[in-house]
Amino acid sequence: MKAAYLYSLIAVVVLGLIAYAGVEAAGLDVLFGVIIPYLAFIVFLVGFANKVLDWSKSAVPFKIPTTMGQQKSLPWIKQNKIDSPYTTGQVVIRMLLEILLFRSLFKNTRTGFSGERISYKWVIWLWLFAILFHYSFLVVVIRHLRFFAEPVPFFVNFLEQIDGMLQVLLPHMFLSGFALLAGTLLLLVRRVFLPKIVYISRPADYFPLFLITGIAVTGLMMRYLAKVDVIRIKELTMGLATLQPSIPEGGISGLFYVHLFFVSILVAYIPFSKIMHIGGIFLSPTRNTANDTRARRHVNPWNYPVKTHTYEEYEEEFRDKMKEAGIPVEKE
Amino acid sequence: MNDKNKIITGLVIFFLVALFPFWFNLIFGASDAAKGPDPVLTDKAKEAETCVADTQFMRTEHMQLLDQWRDTVVRDGQRIYVVENGNKYEASLSNTCMDCHSNKADFCDKCHNYASVTPYCWDCHTYPEETK
Repeated sequence: MKAAYLYSLIAVVVLGLIAYAGVEAAGLDVLFGVIIPYLAFIVFLVGFANKVLDWSKSAVPFKIPTTMGQQKSLPWIKQNKIDSPYTTGQVVIRMLLEILLFRSLFKNTRTGFSGERISYKWVIWLWLFAILFHYSFLVVVIRHLRFFAEPVPFFVNFLEQIDGMLQVLLPHMFLSGFALLAGTLLLLVRRVFLPKIVYISRPADYFPLFLITGIAVTGLMMRYLAKVDVIRIKELTMGLATLQPSIPEGGISGLFYVHLFFVSILVAYIPFSKIMHIGGIFLSPTRNTANDTRARRHVNPWNYPVKTHTYEEYEEEFRDKMKEAGIPVEKE
Repeated sequence: MNDKNKIITGLVIFFLVALFPFWFNLIFGASDAAKGPDPVLTDKAKEAETCVADTQFMRTEHMQLLDQWRDTVVRDGQRIYVVENGNKYEASLSNTCMDCHSNKADFCDKCHNYASVTPYCWDCHTYPEETK
């Protein structure tokens, strides 16, 4: 499937054109500015809750932590507390490091040959791109609260000061916007050019990357190139956030609606896609279970009560018949 | 694992975070927050009727124009800005822009605050004192 990414690319371009034409040509400001964003958010919340509650019903019959260190053993053997956690506290630390620092990706290795012998090389690129992408995306999302809160919370102002610390360009360049675009493109380039990764990639892997690229590009364009009227945009977004939506007088450029439509699609798409790892990471049994199976018995809570019939009960039931037939019994 | 309580707690926290704009505005927000600010024009600005460019351009691109002015003045020594219709203006924030728009708090700051923009223009440039 060499062209798998083309489907996703075409899908994103078509979506962008739909939003642009819908607003600029057909005048569907209300549809793209109010109805679709609300619908997308509702789909996101309901879908997200539904997915997580569905997961919470799945049985975990065994403890299956994947460990990378010495488990708790005899007192004189040193335990690796993070990579082979024994207590809940150690599990929490392990989970925090996984979620905040992506340790699993950090340990990535590539198998190859050095001469005749097999070798494992530490490869950090995926971790680097992933951390760049996720943290810049987080900063971008938090910064966008300036459109959804009035007065603007102090931590948003604080973040803007740090993000714009270079004080170049006007309006100030925010590093996170460009970092997000770079991170997304780097992750995308991996999937488009590395044959082994192309082989395991499906359109559903490319689609979010193209979509987020679209979001970043339209966002950067609005800020730095094709200027849009920020005050009107905040009127629209504040209308959404205070549940009294309206399209501001004078209208907003179609580029903004493309951006908003992309974001709506992404948000609505989350519960049905790989992006659900937002919730899934917390529920990974290979990470969130303690390696204490030698000390504590793990009983699958979904085990149904098995009907047993012990020998005592059997003898109780058939004692008379057994005696009649001359079969020895334990109790007379 | 029978961690339903933990999972639901996590889900509730996630929902609180995801719904931040809704409850934040409900608790801390002003009732008319969805209405953008109306920058006040001084009498002098009203009298002049035209700015150095049309309103829509000034709404979205004024910072670009100021940036351009800075470059032409500081680097090229070119202090006169000629508008399309031939009118000439001195390229100066303090002397030209703020000559008409002398009410920084009611003109500049209103929109800047609403959009959470903190330009550093006035770190160096002076502005006419507000009349109280």
